[in-house]
Amino acid sequence: MGKRVSLFVTCLGDQLFPNAGMAVVEVLERLGYAVDFPKDQTCCGQPAYNSGYREEARTVARHFLKTFESSEHIVVPSGSCTSMIGHHFADLFRKEPETLARVEALSRRVFEFSTFLTEVANVDDVGARFDGIVTFHDGCHGLRELHIREAPRRLLAHVRGLELREMQPAEECCGFGGTFSVKFAELSGAMARTKLEAIVQTGASAVVSLDSSCLMQIQGALSRAGSKVRTMHLAEVLASR
Amino acid sequence: MSAVFDKKIHQTLADANLQLAIYTATGRLKDKRTESVAADALPDYQELRTQANALKKHAIENLDYYLEEFERNVEAHGGKVVYCKDSTEVSDFVLGLAKERGVSLIVKSKSMTSEEVDLNERLEHHGLEAVETDLGEYILQLGRERPYHIVAPALHKTRFDVAAIFEKELHVAYETVPEKLSQIARGVLRQKFLDAGIGITGANFLVADSGAVVLVENEGNARLTTTAPRIHIAIAGIEKVIPRAQDLAVFLKLLARSATGQALSVYTSFLSGPRRASEIDGPDEFYVVLLDNGRTKLLPSRAKRQSLYCIRCAACLNTCPVYRKIGGHSFPWVYSGPIGAIITPQFMGVSYEPALPFASSLCGACAEVCPVKIDIPQVLLDLRSDVKKAETREKKNRLEKLSYRMFAWMMTHPRVYAWAGWIARHGPVLNIGPVRAWTSQRDLPPIPRQSFRDIWSRR
Repeated sequence: MGKRVSLFVTCLGDQLFPNAGMAVVEVLERLGYAVDFPKDQTCCGQPAYNSGYREEARTVARHFLKTFESSEHIVVPSGSCTSMIGHHFADLFRKEPETLARVEALSRRVFEFSTFLTEVANVDDVGARFDGIVTFHDGCHGLRELHIREAPRRLLAHVRGLELREMQPAEECCGFGGTFSVKFAELSGAMARTKLEAIVQTGASAVVSLDSSCLMQIQGALSRAGSKVRTMHLAEVLASR
Repeated sequence: MSAVFDKKIHQTLADANLQLAIYTATGRLKDKRTESVAADALPDYQELRTQANALKKHAIENLDYYLEEFERNVEAHGGKVVYCKDSTEVSDFVLGLAKERGVSLIVKSKSMTSEEVDLNERLEHHGLEAVETDLGEYILQLGRERPYHIVAPALHKTRFDVAAIFEKELHVAYETVPEKLSQIARGVLRQKFLDAGIGITGANFLVADSGAVVLVENEGNARLTTTAPRIHIAIAGIEKVIPRAQDLAVFLKLLARSATGQALSVYTSFLSGPRRASEIDGPDEFYVVLLDNGRTKLLPSRAKRQSLYCIRCAACLNTCPVYRKIGGHSFPWVYSGPIGAIITPQFMGVSYEPALPFASSLCGACAEVCPVKIDIPQVLLDLRSDVKKAETREKKNRLEKLSYRMFAWMMTHPRVYAWAGWIARHGPVLNIGPVRAWTSQRDLPPIPRQSFRDIWSRR
């Protein structure tokens, strides 16, 4: 069919969570997509942008543009990085009309993983099986900047053997926030522990999210608390059979 | 980060009772707000927010016009408008008037603007007695504390804390029943209302087309403050002006719901000018102090002047996971929470507490509940950039600047990036600041031997 997608695995996914990236590939290939991995890809620049270093963020964003400009569809297993490209690149290049036009053309083709499945591939059931109770953590940027709420829940609802138990509240921040997690470590840790209580109360054996960054924070706090609850990227659940 | 900011955050996080008090009180306000703006309770909520945003945008972009219109209409009703550029001008005006009229006792209703200019301290310094009449504010005045929260100033105090303060400061028996505590305060405050020569209030809205000050409250103390004493002074930031009385139809639907989950506050007062000949209530003299105190500095920036749209409902505080952990007193100035984090650096300058715009996970919960749709996370991002520009100019924090330059260089050189990643994953865990900070709270993730690109290249 020649359906092609390019994967932007994100720097964090590349270096620390390769299994989530491979799970994305598996799900996409199962749906008949040919996955391409532009090898010059690195980072979207969000760490610099969120830390106030706009010039440095622009440099990295330009590299991203160059790397992915020829891609037809770009799939990103992170709500946060997708939002950086889709929303904040425009802010970075406000004063450069030519680059801004390129950014706008590109950002229309960039999709967060779950949204790509439900809106572009047009599937709710990817043929996954996962036996167990899971709970879902809404990453803030996916939820509030991209308004992703239903897509991952619809996909999870179609996974055989899986029971989704919502935590209360699901939409409260895990406290990661990029460099915030180390600049305000004690505060970030306290936020994570509040999140943990909500997760543990559901009785789920795994917490699922769209962002490896949130999962790294939650997993680190779960591990420190001696909890047996696992963290899984949505793609890892959907790749299970 | 300043040592004070760091210490206050740590102290608040370490105090289990305080943590519970903040989390419970903000949680209650947060839930009530959610219910009151739900689709079945207020179907046109999102439309109201859009209208409120448009009205504020228009008012702020035409501030000069509406302030002059407001002034003309106040004066047409026999009131007076006084423009003040800072704290000193406000206290000079109040002190001058009190001296001229021979007033030594002033009653006040809750006003963040008067907190902003340290009015009570300044008046006391000159031998005047200024008494707070909002119950929460009165508790804090007796306890010599600043408001903890924009709407619920004594949010962090339990009834046992209040009992102890009243016992010590008012020499009454230790009493923990809330109704009885308010009776004690009422007993003291009634006489103060009757004896006071001046009543000072804030203002929720200044209505240009009618020259009216609108006050929203629940206790009735603001209404007494504006009617019992001979002189009423309303102190308001210049951004409080709205064009028309009919705009209140939008704002009043949003304000109480966003603040406390009430459809309308118990009292909504419309005050325009002193008592007329035919009226039985009201002051003989009516003044509106219009305060700048840094506000005009925000006007040139299209992106940042939206900070002036705020109607001080405090919904952003109640929903903020950071405020709910670090509370109000950790913030460096009188305004706390997300709104405090964006207006403090703008009113006072970014160097006042350079770490403040960074004390956020940028979760966006504040923007989601803001009734006037201020994009608080975006303003925080802009302020972060301002802080870094100022540091670069002043040659401060050069190591961090260098590390981000290296970051940008690495991320534009994929081979360097891949190589650096390999080294980091295969070498020992580095004993550097960020790693220590991370592991002070959490475990590190298991480190994979192979990166995604390693696995991909061997497929």
